[in-house]
Amino acid sequence: MDSSQLFGITMIAYLFSAAFYLGLLIFKLPRAGQIGMLLAAFGAVVQTGALGLRWYESYQLGHGHAPLTNMYESLVFFSWCTALLYLFMEYRFKARLVGAFVMPCVAVAMAYASFSDRIDDRINPLIPALQSNWLIAHVVTCFIGYAAFAVAGALGLMYLIKRRAVQRQAPPNSIDGSLPELRVIDDLTHKTIVFGFLWLSAGIITGAVWANEAWGTYWSWDPKETWSIITWFLYASTLHARFTRGWQGRRLAWLAIVGFFAVFFTYFGVNFLLSGLHSYGSS
Amino acid sequence: MTPPSNHPVRSFFASVQLALLLLFLLAATSIIGTIIPQNSPPSFYIEKFGAKTARLFQLLDITDMYNSWWFLALLTLFALNLVVCSLERLPGVIRTVRRDGLQTSPDQLSKQPFRQTMDIAAPVVEATRRAADLLRAHGWQPREATVADGRLLFAERGPWSRFGAYVVHLSILMILAGALVGSSSVASRVLRNPDFAFKGSAMLPEQESISHILAFKSGQRIDLGFSLRCDVFAIEYYPNGMPKTYRSSVTVLENGKPVRTADIEVNRPLTHRGVTFYQSSYQAGREYFITLTKQPDNLTQTAVIPPAREVSWPAAGVNYGIINRENQGEVTRRLKIWFSDGQGEPAVFWVPAGEETTLERPSGNYRIQARQLYATGLQAAKDPGVWLVYSGCLLMLVALYIAFFLSHRRVWVQVEPTGQTSRLLFAGTANKNRVAFEKKFAALVDDLENHR
Repeated sequence: MDSSQLFGITMIAYLFSAAFYLGLLIFKLPRAGQIGMLLAAFGAVVQTGALGLRWYESYQLGHGHAPLTNMYESLVFFSWCTALLYLFMEYRFKARLVGAFVMPCVAVAMAYASFSDRIDDRINPLIPALQSNWLIAHVVTCFIGYAAFAVAGALGLMYLIKRRAVQRQAPPNSIDGSLPELRVIDDLTHKTIVFGFLWLSAGIITGAVWANEAWGTYWSWDPKETWSIITWFLYASTLHARFTRGWQGRRLAWLAIVGFFAVFFTYFGVNFLLSGLHSYGSS
Repeated sequence: MTPPSNHPVRSFFASVQLALLLLFLLAATSIIGTIIPQNSPPSFYIEKFGAKTARLFQLLDITDMYNSWWFLALLTLFALNLVVCSLERLPGVIRTVRRDGLQTSPDQLSKQPFRQTMDIAAPVVEATRRAADLLRAHGWQPREATVADGRLLFAERGPWSRFGAYVVHLSILMILAGALVGSSSVASRVLRNPDFAFKGSAMLPEQESISHILAFKSGQRIDLGFSLRCDVFAIEYYPNGMPKTYRSSVTVLENGKPVRTADIEVNRPLTHRGVTFYQSSYQAGREYFITLTKQPDNLTQTAVIPPAREVSWPAAGVNYGIINRENQGEVTRRLKIWFSDGQGEPAVFWVPAGEETTLERPSGNYRIQARQLYATGLQAAKDPGVWLVYSGCLLMLVALYIAFFLSHRRVWVQVEPTGQTSRLLFAGTANKNRVAFEKKFAALVDDLENHR
């Protein structure tokens, strides 16, 4: 049994989990939601083992580095963070329907990592630029932030769907009518954004310190840096608009969705469309 | 949370609208520099965007937009906004923090978001004692005062957390100030002292030394006050051919005397007298460093030779040269050596670059090593503001945590006599995360209810 087989099992578990959560949303089967949750938890456990195994395998190969060094590993780590964050939220806030919005995203990330031609899943040794203790701190903080923003984006979408249901007075047992109350979704979205913002800040800071260690400049307006600060500005505005101008509900939902697009671009767009210091992240 | 000032200019700079506008403008304009390559030569823009557009770019400093007057003006406005808005609001926050909860009127108590009344069959003094004990059991430290017709208990937690957001603002200002202190433009143009802060580079061939570097952009020569010699530059590879290490072994010389040696690698810079050197690039030279030894005569020769030239070593009666190379880019991985000691056929063989090979000849045993000469590309930086930036970053993380996750929570218990029994009014409020506070508040009241 090697780590790639375990990642395969993880991907299948997440795909089925997403399917069952959608089943809960569409067919109103509480049992489907339970199965979805169990599959997601199973997937997360297997994935945890797989990440540990991949780390171990890299030592066997003589490279010895954390599995956080290329696009494949970052996608796997992103889906792991997002799944764990979602499971924590489900446990803490008892909002199981959120899974129908988050788990498909997790499953797609895993499937894309496994099947895309442009993604190399081999364990390669570290190029000199990545040989630093800051690697783990930087990647982990950034991806916890990304995971939170992905969940916030899903919550934003859920809010908009629920709001439409409320407006057309959908019966509470319909698909969209059965979503949690608007007030609850709004509060969760805000909390998730706050959580993500703290981690994104930490991610940008660890990246800056690392850049200073490696290149002698903590900020060089490279596209990745610039897009991360754009994302930071965007969420900073969102938080100010809420704290001081009372922006919430529909506006917050839209900001959460737009924010996630900025995150998505920072993560993917920059690697594939723009060139810069983070180019090793694209293969 | 409207600013208390009526002065129109000040209230403009203090407004959240301005903050939102600036955050939006900074985010939106920052995109430009990620799409249009920055700091390329003028010909690049003319070729790629046409002469007219290139002229417009030049006019608006788009080609170096993050240092342009308008982007710096936006950042300055942003800093000004942070300062003014914080100064406008701080007095109010200080008032709130210092306000004595025991001075709260019954009317204000009835306006608190969380309230609950309860009757206890005990006189006021006894009921107050029980309520105070309960508060203590729940981790509060109540103070007590006599009010009109009874007693009032008050306790609060985390009043200072109200400063969190303003400390975040302060941390951003510290980072911006640190960037200013460490800016080479400020050092050369404002302080007229380019040595104060600079970023530059040096291309340093092996065995040579430099005592200055060239500043980025301006190309200005900056004297270091000491010299740096590159002894050896080496590249190590993984078995699969990927580069593993770029290493410059250097010696620092003060007044021509070596004072320290160090290895500079990527992610392992060397700092000497405030100047930090980073491994950033290298150039493979066109010449090779040859070491030849002959046994049993114990003769040694070293020479720097270009390829395709016959070199003689008269002491050993040997002629040799490099007749072919296998390169990866500019980097030679193997060399083909031609070697003649005048006895029999000349030897022709491949040696991996940098590795020693033994050759047995009628005239003796030879050891040959051929190493390509490199120049190491070092980046040098002196940034006296970096500690300010780092302190600001650390402060920001702490302050963000305080601002988001800690709140100012207050509880009051008003105890009034109602005949033989006492009526207790519990009131509470929190400035953030009210849902969590509501649970704590309910637990507190329930606890007393159960022990009534």
